[in-house]
Amino acid sequence: MFTAAAAAILITMFLALIRLFAGPTLYDRVLAVNSFGTKTVLLIGVMGFLSERPEFLDIALLYALINFITTIAILKFFRYRALGDAPDRKHRTDAWKRLSIS
Amino acid sequence: MINIVLLTFLALTALAIVRLRHLFAVVMLTGVYSLLSAGLFVLLDAVDVAFTEAAVGAGISTVLMLGTLALTSRREKVPGRTPLLPLIVVMITGAALLYGTLDMPRFGDPDAPIHRHVAPRYIQKSGTEVGVPNIVTSVLASYRGFDTLGEVTVIFTAGIGILLLLGGTGGRRRKDEETEEEG
Repeated sequence: MFTAAAAAILITMFLALIRLFAGPTLYDRVLAVNSFGTKTVLLIGVMGFLSERPEFLDIALLYALINFITTIAILKFFRYRALGDAPDRKHRTDAWKRLSIS
Repeated sequence: MINIVLLTFLALTALAIVRLRHLFAVVMLTGVYSLLSAGLFVLLDAVDVAFTEAAVGAGISTVLMLGTLALTSRREKVPGRTPLLPLIVVMITGAALLYGTLDMPRFGDPDAPIHRHVAPRYIQKSGTEVGVPNIVTSVLASYRGFDTLGEVTVIFTAGIGILLLLGGTGGRRRKDEETEEEG
């Protein structure tokens, strides 16, 4: 049963990779990365049960946290076009213009 | 079996990183590359390496690359000439490394030299010599204490450098805006 689950997760990983390579817009790619991270978490969990060592679930939890932080950082980058300092209103409208072009 | 599939994904991702010119997509793909290699490390039982790879490769360096992308261009320039010489150098280096793996002991071999040198002493005596129940902790904090101190110094220096780089540009940009408003 776990083998079937692992195979299914690998197939979904492949589908996410295709979307990541082809993805026409940036948002497709962000979503693909996010779901790919989730698939990695699931794969590590399933692998832990496959090799009969469910302690690996801790690592899966850490990956879920990292995935979340990365997605937040990417979205913040989209919104403000910078990560360190919060820019003023002018920069923000510029970022929106640039995004609608790309 | 899962190893082979993950390795194929890794190779596909690496090829896509080389081919794509849109730098934002390349940053996304490097994050995926780190996640894949961390998964491979977990499968190879190197859980601590996988932790580091996931935290540094997929987490921090994606954020740092995005920060860099905010300061530079979003598209890669197409190089004019085909890089033949670097390709040859890389091929030769890769062939030499592959040749080197031929002499390596089998994966997980208990008679490998690395398991016969100091590892038995760590396992048998670290409880009485150091007094910490966890062998890995006693190796890192006591037997290799100076090595760990050096690593921490390197990481500390790198952190200071990155903070100076990122904080410096932010300050300069703010100053530019002030002068713009004045003029």
